[in-house]
Amino acid sequence: MSLSDADIATILLTLRLATTVTILLLIMATPLAWWLARTQSWFKGPISAIVALPLVLPPTVLGFYLLLAMGPNGAIGQFTQALGLGTLPFTFWGLVVASMVYSLPFVVQPIQNAIEAIGNRPIEAAATLGAGPIDRFFTVVLPLAKPGFMTATILGFAHTVGEFGIVLMIGGSIPSETRVVSVQIYDHVEALEYAQAHVLSGVMIGFSFLVLLALYTFQRKRKAVGMTYGR
Amino acid sequence: MVVKTGSLKVIQARFQLSYAKQAKAHFNLDLDIEIPGQGVTAIFGASGSGKTSLLRCIAGLEKSTSGCLSVNGELWQDTSVFVPTHKRSLGYVFQEASLFEHLTAMGNLRYAIKRNNQTAKPELLEQVISVMGIESILSQYPQQLSGGERQRVAIARSLLSQPKLLLMDEPLASLDNTRKHEILPYLERLRSSFNIPILYVSHAVDEIVRLADHAVIMQQGKVIAQGGVTELFSRTDLPLGVSNEVGAILDCKVVEKDEQWHLMRVAFEGGELWLPNVENKQNTTQRVRVLASDVSLTLSAHSDSSILNVLSGEIVDIINDQNPAMTLVRLKVGSSYLLARLTHKSLQKLGLVTGQNIWIQIKSAAIVR
Repeated sequence: MSLSDADIATILLTLRLATTVTILLLIMATPLAWWLARTQSWFKGPISAIVALPLVLPPTVLGFYLLLAMGPNGAIGQFTQALGLGTLPFTFWGLVVASMVYSLPFVVQPIQNAIEAIGNRPIEAAATLGAGPIDRFFTVVLPLAKPGFMTATILGFAHTVGEFGIVLMIGGSIPSETRVVSVQIYDHVEALEYAQAHVLSGVMIGFSFLVLLALYTFQRKRKAVGMTYGR
Repeated sequence: MVVKTGSLKVIQARFQLSYAKQAKAHFNLDLDIEIPGQGVTAIFGASGSGKTSLLRCIAGLEKSTSGCLSVNGELWQDTSVFVPTHKRSLGYVFQEASLFEHLTAMGNLRYAIKRNNQTAKPELLEQVISVMGIESILSQYPQQLSGGERQRVAIARSLLSQPKLLLMDEPLASLDNTRKHEILPYLERLRSSFNIPILYVSHAVDEIVRLADHAVIMQQGKVIAQGGVTELFSRTDLPLGVSNEVGAILDCKVVEKDEQWHLMRVAFEGGELWLPNVENKQNTTQRVRVLASDVSLTLSAHSDSSILNVLSGEIVDIINDQNPAMTLVRLKVGSSYLLARLTHKSLQKLGLVTGQNIWIQIKSAAIVR
């Protein structure tokens, strides 16, 4: 039994989704993680709690509110309609937005930990040597926090591949648009196509194992700070 | 304070800073000083006296609520101006080396060179590397270096941005005694090889007397005295550390060498001393430290004593020592000062009073630089 064309399409879609989400999250989570790592503000607690909410909430709760927000009467929906983009639910970009919310803590926290571990001193030392803020970020913070960024990338990608509930609620199951691997497996099982469900599930187990193996091997090799995440 | 822009060779600093240190009570830094814009100025005081805060304010790493700072005619801060740290031409050596762990020693040096916006002389890198003695460790990463080596690389790195002011925050404090003595000669070479004004924070008297020309004494966030090192360290009214380390400092000139007895005669303002000859020292000026506990007083000049150095002087002050048995006597010899640490009993036995002329016996004196 090999993969059908439809199965391969879902795998490609899943990879496209996870890649898009990971790239966008790295760009957005880095300033947030930077702020959380260095602020003395009173807002640090509440913001940290909000970032961590997807860790504890059922995906259906997030899915429900995102569906309302992105719908024709929701705030995001009104905004996307005003831009002439229509509404996001049951589209690829709707999935991207939902996945970003869902995977946010998995990307923010490793980066935040890594930046906190660097501390103030190397940044101050760079300033006294004439490096401006942006220079300091790219030449001191980024290289020193690299293990944290690696962890964030791996976890963000893997977690997006592994989601189901929020995808089903926001995306449904539209071939080549929102039907990702986890949804395809669900459809196979519903249709009693156990053989196909086996193959896809096997692929997922293999993929997840390899990703986690890579993560922990990498963590063991570089016993660097900010790396012991995901245990 | 009016900042006289264009007034060269002087650092004018006024800072007011007040913040609650984590566990401790409220801390206030409040000072207004003028420091020579050349040579080595020591900032001396007990821990918690605000030395590091002052240095961080000068570097712009700490934003004081109200402050004014000009360095050799360049305005770095006042009510409307705050030049950010990376635009101030300064070098900063932290207590811990604070090298970039992801770069080699050479990588750390290059980091400074790249960001130095002055046209650096090509021989500067070579000179800095040789003065700091780090030729053999340039390809190593900070984790592979010893504490002393790391600190030497850090000092070299700070020099390569060609700073107009070098700030050193207890650069030896994190090192053990052996390493400390390993680095002190490099700091002396740094002082004589590069013409950069240095502010050197320390609570170690022996480092200051070896390196500094000028000193600022701090206590609880305030400056309580400042002046030449020789003058300050012969004063009895300042908290200058543990009492058995108290001693006067004399800047001397070598006037005669006695090859037969391996001695040399040095002259200071007001008198002369015989000291063991130092062969390897080229310079003819020597800084000599005379510990108060090595000085004794007699009412008449003895010729039957083994003590070689006997001077005539006047008692200018007598104060109580931290130890209830002891007193500290300040003596004037010509225009220089010496300190003697005596027991209360001897003081009474000899009937010593202020203004009295006295013979001063110096048992030993150490050449500190």
